[in-house]
Amino acid sequence: MLTYTVRRLVLSVPTLLFIALMIFLLLELAPGDPMAQVPLTVPPDVKQQMREALGLGEPTHIRFGKWLYQFFVVEPSVWMDNTFGTALSDGKQRVISWQTRSPVMDIVIQRMPQTLWVVAMSYVVGILIALPIGIYSAYRQYSVFDQVGTFITMVGYSVPPFFSGVLVIVIFSVQLGWLPSIYDTTHQVVDWDSFVIQLKQMVMPVMVLALQTTAQISRFMRASMLDNLGQDYVRTARAKGLSESVVVLVHVLRNSMIPVVTVIALGVPQIFGGAIITEQIFKVNGLGQLLITAIQANDLPMVQTVTFMLAVLIVLFNIIADLLYGLLDPRIRYD
Amino acid sequence: MTEPLPSAAPRSQWRDVWHQFRAHRGALIGMVIFLLIIATVFAGPLIWTIDPTFIDIRTRNQGPNWAHPFGTDQLGRDTLARMMAGGRSSITVGLTAMLLALVLGSLVGVIAGFFRWLDGPLMRLTDLFLSLPLLPLLLVMVMLFREALSATFGPETGIFILIVVAIGVTSWMPTARIVRGDVLALKEREFVLAARSIGTSNLNLITRHILPNVMSPIMVSATLGIANAIITESALSFLGLGFPPDFPTWGRLLNDATVYLQDYPERVIWPGLAISLTVLSVNYMGDGLRDALDPRIRGR
Repeated sequence: MLTYTVRRLVLSVPTLLFIALMIFLLLELAPGDPMAQVPLTVPPDVKQQMREALGLGEPTHIRFGKWLYQFFVVEPSVWMDNTFGTALSDGKQRVISWQTRSPVMDIVIQRMPQTLWVVAMSYVVGILIALPIGIYSAYRQYSVFDQVGTFITMVGYSVPPFFSGVLVIVIFSVQLGWLPSIYDTTHQVVDWDSFVIQLKQMVMPVMVLALQTTAQISRFMRASMLDNLGQDYVRTARAKGLSESVVVLVHVLRNSMIPVVTVIALGVPQIFGGAIITEQIFKVNGLGQLLITAIQANDLPMVQTVTFMLAVLIVLFNIIADLLYGLLDPRIRYD
Repeated sequence: MTEPLPSAAPRSQWRDVWHQFRAHRGALIGMVIFLLIIATVFAGPLIWTIDPTFIDIRTRNQGPNWAHPFGTDQLGRDTLARMMAGGRSSITVGLTAMLLALVLGSLVGVIAGFFRWLDGPLMRLTDLFLSLPLLPLLLVMVMLFREALSATFGPETGIFILIVVAIGVTSWMPTARIVRGDVLALKEREFVLAARSIGTSNLNLITRHILPNVMSPIMVSATLGIANAIITESALSFLGLGFPPDFPTWGRLLNDATVYLQDYPERVIWPGLAISLTVLSVNYMGDGLRDALDPRIRGR
């Protein structure tokens, strides 16, 4: 298991390097000029100096190498400095955003909590709704509950977040006026009243994101439960005289959770992608919104860094899913 | 004992599939709705002859009435006509992107499954593509190449090519994986050996013997691919990175309507409903097709 983990981690390095290169080369083709907004009265040699100040004066491979060095060496050492008070990063160039001329990582860290709150909450809520639905509709296959549940999950799977989000805004903000349509990230929770406000503004984005999660996971849960309910060991357990709840919730559930857990792990990066659209609808100034504005403003270092971080998430959670599979299912041994 | 006489002519595989497909009520309803949507969107303009780009500023912001059953937008353009035009572009993008993804996926899958020495590299490539953050990359691709392609092919054709290619090259991976798995199993079967032993060339072996047998996973991927492509195109349009503003697609109409959310909330319903209904019916079709093509379920 340990050797497998190490091997996967080592193998992920070339994958990530290749992805970084792909993103970098894609951005390299960008026709947009960061100097386009500079007035025409600025003389060309000054413009050239400004380009060099942005780190644009050098050939592609050197800039790619520099970005790698900045991302993998300088940024971690800045983090070390902030945590342990060392001085590893003194005088080293960090990844700088062209929009704000401040380090990209500082902005990412500012935006991270909002995204994490909404995304993490919605994922947890989605899973908590999905599992009971999946279990019960498999247990009562073809019952009314199962039919309705299947239809609702199909709808949840098919309605894109940019429609469900807008729809709940129309219903709950415009028509009923119960919930705010804009997520106020400057709001601070100090007492009960402000906590209620926070709760109210989180309901809609969290539920919209959770709908997608619920639909996917409950379908998986149902299929996996159905696979196990027909197995011989279930009959054995019933024949032993175990109560129905023990048979379903202990024997069957534990075996059915194995593939579902890996699906849950694999879904984590996806939900960050879904957050891009949800944040746009509810005006949450999180990572997704940061990425969109950076793309529109041609802020290449920012786009490169944020996209690459998403890629790291995907690769990481792929490995976690495979490891969980091996840990949970004793039939699967990687060594 | 005498052989019992066959009571009916032997049934073909596709008849069986169709029989099983009809038994899945959701799939049948889904197919009817999808065909209805396609018919409305493509044949509707013959009956509803208002030009979707015709601006009549005096009738702007109307609710549903007899002259304009779905109302009009902020420039007085008829919403029903715009919905049809939007559906035409959305569904065309969906179908074309799905075809591209399907061709790419089947090609990679068949080659990887058939030629052992290409299996490793091609599957690593598939894994690599699966690790890419797709939505951000799609946004970047559309952002970067829209100017260049608009200049070469004109604003509408250019963006069409761009979006179809972008969606196609980012969604072929699941098809490739499934097809490869099936090809690996098929390659060991006797009929492939028999075909090879009479000297069939690799190309003929693939086109005559392998491809017809992997049609079923390809067809299931196809239906799911349409849904995926329509959602992705709408998402891009919704984020303002799809087609140009005067070119209606369902995502674009939804995006335009959200600006007027406070005053005319009913305007977001039509495009959103159209997208959701199309995707829902396609997903149900895919579900039924998967059941119908699964020989373990078929015939029960």
